[in-house]
Amino acid sequence: MRRKLFFGGLVVALPLALAAVILHPTRAKSDDTKASPAEVRVDNFSFGPDTLTVPANSTVTWVNKDDVPHVIASNDGLFKSKALDTDDKYSYTFAKAGTYSYYCSIHPKMVGKVVVQ
Amino acid sequence: MAKRNLFDPNPSGVIEHDHNNDGIDRRGFLKCMAWAGTGALCVIQGGVLKSHALASHMGSQMKSHKLGELSFVQISDSHMGFNKPANPDVIATLKAAVDKINALPEQPEFLLHTGDISHLSKPEEFDNVDQILKATNKQIFFVPGEHDVLNDDGAMFRERYAKNSKGQGWYSFDKNGVHFIGLVNVMNLKAGGLGTLGSEQLEWLEDDVKHLKSSTPIVVFAHIPLWTVYPQWGWGTEDSTQALSYLKKFGSVTVLNGHIHQTMQKVEGNVTFHTAFSTAFPQPAPGKAEGPGPMKVPAEQLRSVLGITDVNYVQGRHALAVVDSSLA
Ligand SMILES: [Cu+2]
Repeated sequence: MRRKLFFGGLVVALPLALAAVILHPTRAKSDDTKASPAEVRVDNFSFGPDTLTVPANSTVTWVNKDDVPHVIASNDGLFKSKALDTDDKYSYTFAKAGTYSYYCSIHPKMVGKVVVQ
Repeated sequence: MAKRNLFDPNPSGVIEHDHNNDGIDRRGFLKCMAWAGTGALCVIQGGVLKSHALASHMGSQMKSHKLGELSFVQISDSHMGFNKPANPDVIATLKAAVDKINALPEQPEFLLHTGDISHLSKPEEFDNVDQILKATNKQIFFVPGEHDVLNDDGAMFRERYAKNSKGQGWYSFDKNGVHFIGLVNVMNLKAGGLGTLGSEQLEWLEDDVKHLKSSTPIVVFAHIPLWTVYPQWGWGTEDSTQALSYLKKFGSVTVLNGHIHQTMQKVEGNVTFHTAFSTAFPQPAPGKAEGPGPMKVPAEQLRSVLGITDVNYVQGRHALAVVDSSLA
């Protein structure tokens, strides 16, 4: 239930729309078009897509579109970025097939997966 | 015990209007929230949260000096280096916080900073904060936020602010009979989890308070809330229950946190939990936005949602008085 609330943008969208008119969260005004297949957008404290599927030997690039820094870290310590400020990028090349779970090491509720086929 | 009644209008620590049975006086809480923008403050006395108009409070109660009284100020989340629309000038608002502190009728003995001193853990960001806070002429005790330990597991933070600390930066000290404990809950965070204290720190804490008399007032300060405010946004600490179990024997425990950039209070038995304003930018109320990021408010309202926290301890009183005031 709680997990759903966190991940489901739609669930919280309604209260957001009803929130006080004067108070609204800062949104990254980005003119970026859709993310390329091997790109993960870090936006509003979530990874988009939160599960990314790529062929072996793909380089995946994370780009931070938030107003706060994030750190990309694999759960098992395989890779870890430096702190990514707004618009900073981090890339990692996945040589072998498998499922790689990662999270933001300073906002650990942010979790994602790269599935390498 | 009998003496306490003289000072304490509600020594039993019972919460009025607690319809949800969770220790939060919603009526008082809402009143405080509603006034937060107009220089109002919330006070917790004898376990009961009370609201007072700023002027009348400063005029009367605050001036009643008692032997053994201790006054200190908590500031939090200065995020030096942040320059996005939610606050393009965090230097100016931190300076406004310093002015506010220097103008307090009752001068605090020292300051606590509950973390996120910097935005990106850069030396020049720490330098700027040090320079600005120097104008308070006060000793300052720091605990780190996650923004202060970004790329070196907190080595620079400890070098600058916690040289004589244990482990990853925790420590304790005594002032005027009050025992202060600074904890670190922003490191070694696990995927999917919340803030973490870790077993080494918990063991230290248990040992640190073992020799203290149960009548010793305790103040615990740490960055991430030590109570579960909103786990969906990571606003809580995995092992805080265990930490608090070591503090059960004490009659008065005050827990001061930052991280969520808004004031919130909760009273649970002898423990008063409180989160402070940021001096940099506000964040949305739990669940009231898609995420917990910086919240933009109209420029003329910014200083009404930033502020400082003034804490007063009067010997004989059950709980410490925790007073928030905005920079407006
Ligand atoms: Cu993050």
